[in-house]
Amino acid sequence: MCLGIPAKIISLDENGQGEVDYLGTRVRTNLSFIENARPGDWVILHAGFAISRLNEDEAQETLALLRELAESQDS
Amino acid sequence: MKEFRDRKVIAGLLRTIGRQASQAGPPVRLMEVCGTHTMAIHRYGLHALLHEAGVEMTSGPGCPVCITPDAHHRAAIGLVTRRENLILATFGDITRVPTRDGSLQTAIPAPRSRVRVVYSAQDALETARENPDRDVVFFGAGFETTIPSIALAVKQAAEEAVENFSLLSALWLIPPPLRALLESEEVRIQGFLYPGHVSAVIGCRPYEFVAEEFGLPGAVAGFEPADILLAASAVLNQMIRRSPAVENTYKRVVRTDGNPRALILMDEVLETTDAVWRGLGLIPRSGLKLRSRFSAFDALKKYGLNIAPAADELPGCRCGEVLRGVIKPTDCGLFGGACRPESPRGPCMVSPEGACLVYYRFAKS
Ligand code: SF4
Repeated sequence: MCLGIPAKIISLDENGQGEVDYLGTRVRTNLSFIENARPGDWVILHAGFAISRLNEDEAQETLALLRELAESQDS
Repeated sequence: MKEFRDRKVIAGLLRTIGRQASQAGPPVRLMEVCGTHTMAIHRYGLHALLHEAGVEMTSGPGCPVCITPDAHHRAAIGLVTRRENLILATFGDITRVPTRDGSLQTAIPAPRSRVRVVYSAQDALETARENPDRDVVFFGAGFETTIPSIALAVKQAAEEAVENFSLLSALWLIPPPLRALLESEEVRIQGFLYPGHVSAVIGCRPYEFVAEEFGLPGAVAGFEPADILLAASAVLNQMIRRSPAVENTYKRVVRTDGNPRALILMDEVLETTDAVWRGLGLIPRSGLKLRSRFSAFDALKKYGLNIAPAADELPGCRCGEVLRGVIKPTDCGLFGGACRPESPRGPCMVSPEGACLVYYRFAKS
């Protein structure tokens, strides 16, 4: 499914085949669409493929915005 | 990442949305294009919460299994029932789509033929490698999220000369039906939530025509509750300021230009073609077909199939109107009665992303 829960790359070979940790389970994944993929990177999976790398800075920025929203409106 | 489901965050977002909606003039009608969004919106109870805040969410044509016309499903059924020695590989939900010829699950395969459920195009290709004495046809339905993996499987089949592999393609592009919906003026939509993972592949620019030509706001959205509300709030903000745009509220996953590697591969293997959608009819350049140098892997050519457009629904099924956002699933007279998940009358009650199944499973939302 594609609910967007990130998976962490454990290993990958030169053909772009690899293994990721998805919610605690090792899953075989094709990583050939991710440029310069490296173990430790977080990716989004769809049907056996990684379709995007998670950008941690952007994730932090969105989180900061959400926290701000929650706090500023506390009543 | 649990902040994306945090109650305080959700409550704060809903208060903001409520204020914005009353400023914009409630009820504000937005369409979530993607079936996975429909699922998330109902599963987390956001449909009802947004309704209270003055925002009505309508589901769109974003379920690939649902919008694949009856004729494609029947072509697949025809292949496995008439051809001997053939494995029809496809996704599990596709096997349960009802047609006037039954479903792939109820079809009786020809001698030494069978239907095989696979999880990816790679599985289907692997099936072909393992069964060199049989034809393996992969019936693949998907949007831009799934299409790159299907394109890669075909490319690999060509490189390795896996001659017993072919693709019965039901590959659809998300932006063209949005234009079709807007041009028809049948639905009164004031803005869009764009699909996060289709956009991870195609980027944000392909939706720009919605803002530029039709003046409608929109935002690319993720799939957590806070992601969806953040996107809705961004759309409302554009409405209030009268500055329609394509805002990316899912930047941790979606880049403006999408995934270049996936796009290059898609373009190498596939080309656009006019295509018929269930419920929406013929939409120019809305589908993809294999480029001519891959025609040996095109099941239509290999087996001389002709997919003629025909009446889509079983009697009483209103999937087409559901897919256009004209009616809600609960407006269909068969919903929950003659049509239930265990006895579906249309694909919208079969696919986990189908609006009818989502409304049925999360009735309280
Ligand atoms: S409820 Fe069933 S019959 Fe009615 S539109 Fe949905 S799938 Fe078709």
